[in-house]
Amino acid sequence: MNLQKYPNDRLYYEQHEWVKQVDEKTVIVGISYHAQDSLGDIVYISEPEVEKEIQKGDEIAEIESVKAVSQIYAPVSGRIVEVNKNAIDNPEIINRDPYEEGWLVKIELTNPSELEELMDANAYRSFVEEG
Amino acid sequence: MRTPIIFDYSKPGKKAYNLPEIDVPEKEISELIPENLIRKTKPRLPEVSEFEIVRHYHSLARRNYAIDDGIYPLGSCTMKYNPRVNERVAKLSGFTNLHPLTPQELSQGALKLMFDLGEMLKEITGMDAVSLAPAAGAHGELTGLLIMRTYFKHKNEKRTKVLIPDSAHGTNPASVMMAGFEPIQIKSNEDGYITLKEVKDHLDKDVAALMVTNPNTLGIFEPEIVEIIEALHENGSIAYTDGANLNALIGISRPGDIGFDIIQLNLHKTFSSPHGGGGPGSGPVLVKEYLKDFLPVPVVSEKNGHYFLDYDVKNTCGMIKLFYGNFSVMIKAFTYILMLGEKGLVKSSKTAILNANYLKKKIENPYFKNASNLTPMHEFVVSALPLKKETGVRALDIAKALLDRGLHAPTMYFPLIVEEALMIEPTETESKESLDKFAEVIQDIVKQALENRDSIINTPVKTPIKRVNEAQASRNPKLKWLAD
Repeated sequence: MNLQKYPNDRLYYEQHEWVKQVDEKTVIVGISYHAQDSLGDIVYISEPEVEKEIQKGDEIAEIESVKAVSQIYAPVSGRIVEVNKNAIDNPEIINRDPYEEGWLVKIELTNPSELEELMDANAYRSFVEEG
Repeated sequence: MRTPIIFDYSKPGKKAYNLPEIDVPEKEISELIPENLIRKTKPRLPEVSEFEIVRHYHSLARRNYAIDDGIYPLGSCTMKYNPRVNERVAKLSGFTNLHPLTPQELSQGALKLMFDLGEMLKEITGMDAVSLAPAAGAHGELTGLLIMRTYFKHKNEKRTKVLIPDSAHGTNPASVMMAGFEPIQIKSNEDGYITLKEVKDHLDKDVAALMVTNPNTLGIFEPEIVEIIEALHENGSIAYTDGANLNALIGISRPGDIGFDIIQLNLHKTFSSPHGGGGPGSGPVLVKEYLKDFLPVPVVSEKNGHYFLDYDVKNTCGMIKLFYGNFSVMIKAFTYILMLGEKGLVKSSKTAILNANYLKKKIENPYFKNASNLTPMHEFVVSALPLKKETGVRALDIAKALLDRGLHAPTMYFPLIVEEALMIEPTETESKESLDKFAEVIQDIVKQALENRDSIINTPVKTPIKRVNEAQASRNPKLKWLAD
């Protein structure tokens, strides 16, 4: 598989979510290659609530794999403006393509400076592989 | 090929019974049963002969793997030998023919057995009072939490939180939620135990209790537990211990002596009655004197040599099960305790610890990492992460490969704090030869993973059902047989 494990065009949160900026105030969020790989085959994701105000670190969805149930956390504060229904309904997409087709939510930022607290691809790689 | 189910043998008109000729006047169904309750279509039941029934279920039973077939090293499940004498005693007609509504003066033997079992469990755990009513471990947890809730209500204290280590069995937070508390996760340190500092950081006046399994799910006896319990008590909180791992402790350490206030036991694990696949279990709850008045009703009491179901519990948390728990499991646990005696019980715990540590040593290899640097007790956890990194072979694949070699797999991917976890509990009833064989097979699987990973990834090939697509089974389960 040619999948990039740590694409450079986005930032990463310590709970293994990625954040990609689409414009000044909006980002899309998903889970990293490492997150889907550790979880194994994903079988269910609870649907995040559109219009919900969230704080960084809040739980935005529950994710269930054949191994375990765990949580997806908000890497930034803001308001959920869109949910990727396709990925929620067909969670295998997240295993197959966590960074593009498998994005999860679009968030309108309330505090764009929080982006500076996230890791870049290199920092995240060492966080995963050495941490 | 799909495994036939009993309906596949069905042919109209076949039957496995013969009714005698009717000797009362015949009546129309409509004269006996209200019109709206009479079914319009025949029920779809399989029509088969007695011999077909026997062959069908016998063939299914032969596919089973049970502790009677070989080692069953499921961590935290304590799958030990089920002594046949237990079954023999439980089958005595005085027990099997006893109706639950038999007047108490005619069921003194059964009541005495329950009373005596309760006394023995008090002695084993160092506790002061007992309820045998809970149906199994998680039900016991819920009962313990309801006792707590009633206690704090009685004291007029509003406490909402229960602290739970991140290595806990999933039933713990589930029981906490069910009892109306909020579970708060306590992080284990890198050696897999909870520290006084971490607990103190979460300890405030809202904390009703800490709920901890000891030894924990890594098999580690919590090193700071005495200090942690002291801190809880200073805060007015309750120290609850999940007795799932009591098999490591009998005659060595009593939870009551350490300071725990409530414990639930799993008689079906520690005290050797058959379980798995849904029970039956038995989850007695034991408490310290100050919580005695909050136990569920009834408790079994004795007065002047007369045993009775006692409903006089002052501030009872209520009734949690009809009648009085799973009696047959109590008989087996009672028999087990008497057969082993004090010395035998101590020896069984010590042997369980020895066996686990022997096996831990025997399966050591560069591709497994111990989950903790501390010496475990009756079970241990290794991470197969190094093997996964080297070969792509995961804990799941090792488990599947074990099936092909005729052995039951250990618990895997639990506790959640260990990646690629294999959690192994051999129990005291495995011989050295059996442990050696299991270790040899594990080492062989690791070797094969390094030489030819696909041969492991494609297992099992010798079982009736080969590698299952778990994701597909979970996403689109087919659980129902459809006639057409």
